[in-house]
Amino acid sequence: MIRRLHGDPGGSRLSRRDLLRVGSLGLRSRRVRASLSALGISIGIAAIVGVLGISQSSKSGLLRELGELGNLISVQAGSTVAGQATELPTTADGMVARIAPVTNVTELASISSVSVYRSPFVPTIDTNGISLAATDAALPETLGVTMAQGAFLNPATAHFPAVVLGAEAASLLGINSLANPTQIWIGGHFFTVVGILHSVPLVNQLDSMAFVGFPIAETEFGFDGHPTELFLRTVPSEVSQVAAVLPETVEPADPTAVQWNLPSDTLKAAVAAKGAYNGLLLGLGAVALLVGGVGIANVMVISVLERRSEIGLRRALGATRRHVAEQFLAEALLLSVLGGVAGTVIGGVATAVYAASQHWSVQIPALALYGGVGAALAIGAIAGLYPSMRAARLSPTEALRTV
Amino acid sequence: MTVAPAPPFPVLELIDVVKEYRGDPPVLALAGINVQVHQGELVAIVGPSGSGKSTLLHVMGTLERPTAGELRIAGEDTSTMSDKQLSGLRSRRLGFVFQQFFLLDGQSVLDNVANGLLYRGGRMAERRRLAQQAIERVGLAHRAGHRPNQLSGGEQQRTAIARALAGRPALVMADEPTGNLDSATGASILDLLQELHREGTTIVVITHDHDVAAAMDRRIEIRDGRIIGDTPTAW
Repeated sequence: MIRRLHGDPGGSRLSRRDLLRVGSLGLRSRRVRASLSALGISIGIAAIVGVLGISQSSKSGLLRELGELGNLISVQAGSTVAGQATELPTTADGMVARIAPVTNVTELASISSVSVYRSPFVPTIDTNGISLAATDAALPETLGVTMAQGAFLNPATAHFPAVVLGAEAASLLGINSLANPTQIWIGGHFFTVVGILHSVPLVNQLDSMAFVGFPIAETEFGFDGHPTELFLRTVPSEVSQVAAVLPETVEPADPTAVQWNLPSDTLKAAVAAKGAYNGLLLGLGAVALLVGGVGIANVMVISVLERRSEIGLRRALGATRRHVAEQFLAEALLLSVLGGVAGTVIGGVATAVYAASQHWSVQIPALALYGGVGAALAIGAIAGLYPSMRAARLSPTEALRTV
Repeated sequence: MTVAPAPPFPVLELIDVVKEYRGDPPVLALAGINVQVHQGELVAIVGPSGSGKSTLLHVMGTLERPTAGELRIAGEDTSTMSDKQLSGLRSRRLGFVFQQFFLLDGQSVLDNVANGLLYRGGRMAERRRLAQQAIERVGLAHRAGHRPNQLSGGEQQRTAIARALAGRPALVMADEPTGNLDSATGASILDLLQELHREGTTIVVITHDHDVAAAMDRRIEIRDGRIIGDTPTAW
């Protein structure tokens, strides 16, 4: 007997799970083509995720540095109304240290009359741009710099002909190891190099300096005790309050002769500048994404033409126009999502590798991750729309007519 | 298997069916066809190429709507049905076998056969179970896991027949089922169709080959869109 209809007598149906199976069938049976057409999308997404991830990671790297160095203030003697350079009073560091939130103070006195040479035989004109400064033992701690070699000056070595070199100065003098006793020629005396500093973050001019203690500077170079620059650190939340009272504290008689600045301001500018090229790179990523979308549309149109007989067969088996459209749309979406996921992974790995090489923490904005896959989905939907409509419009008999 | 008692139930009924293709001049492919196919019949529709037999198959299979007239399948009038309803009808009531087999190379024989049930819904495991039964009926159980391109032409056509049978449709329509096969393989396919017929399946075969037609119980001859002869089934 003829079997009676069960359930809904009206229509044929295709569950979501079956739609996924049917939609992925075309990709599974044409793997090379599928992966090549997904490649365009993945390159675009990788570029976007990579640009956003690397810029975010570098920004967070800079901001971390800013957090560590943002409470560093430098104080210099300004120039008088007449334009003459002034010195800071000898009492400056003691006065500054009494401002409650100040945690560290270091004095620095430039001794511009004396030059530094590797040996007495070097012509006096070859100064290498290395300048001599007298300072105290607190400098490494105040500036947050560590020793590459040896030790910094201490109250004892400050009395003797001992010198510590900045990173740049040491390399200019060709000194990279203190394994053997090393002496350099400063102002007509041999000084023993007791330490070499790492590069000083933010205050790069210190890298090309040679540092001696105040006592030896007074005895050998006639240093008068007036510092030319102060570095101080405060409790991070009190930076601006401390800065506001600095001129009066340092030079109560003439506050206008004192200037201060925050070395971290340059870092802030760098953070702002980081974003400048991102627009361009994101634009390139978007173009790659667009080209990837066109590639998918192209492959889908060809696929519909090639698979006319499959479309006809499915219609004969009971697929509605809608089922056929959904199948090809699902295929386009799967292609683009595969590309999007692959691109996100590639972009993420690229960010991780680059961030690791720069010693940054890896930071990828969540928006880039969701947005990448979301953009791929949207592009797949747009790219698949026309081919799937075309597939659906094909009449079954036309589709079954073999060429 | 015994034949259904009289009066036999009409599985397929065409009443004054006309199919005209627009164009200049318009082509009258079917010029008023009246046919009833009853349950359990094995029918050949035979005619030379251009006689309108392919159009007739497409109209009978609801793949194409008639310009005028009425098509009833299992008692249901199809003229007012939507695309969705017609598709549902095809998925439940009709099975197709094509000259070119139309198997999907990306899937196994089992899954190709299960595709015959895909658009009915239901669970994948159940569809595979029914597909396995259909494969056994056409004698391909040992090939269920193979890909279609690993099969001979005869085995491919058997797969296609199993796909048409899997849902136990009211009517199986075969369009030149032996057209792409050598005569020995073609004969084995005809044997299979006859065996399925003996088991109760209603089958309509479209052919231009009189030898194929001769193997059927009933022969409807068609020429220029008209029926010119009908040798009825001897019940």
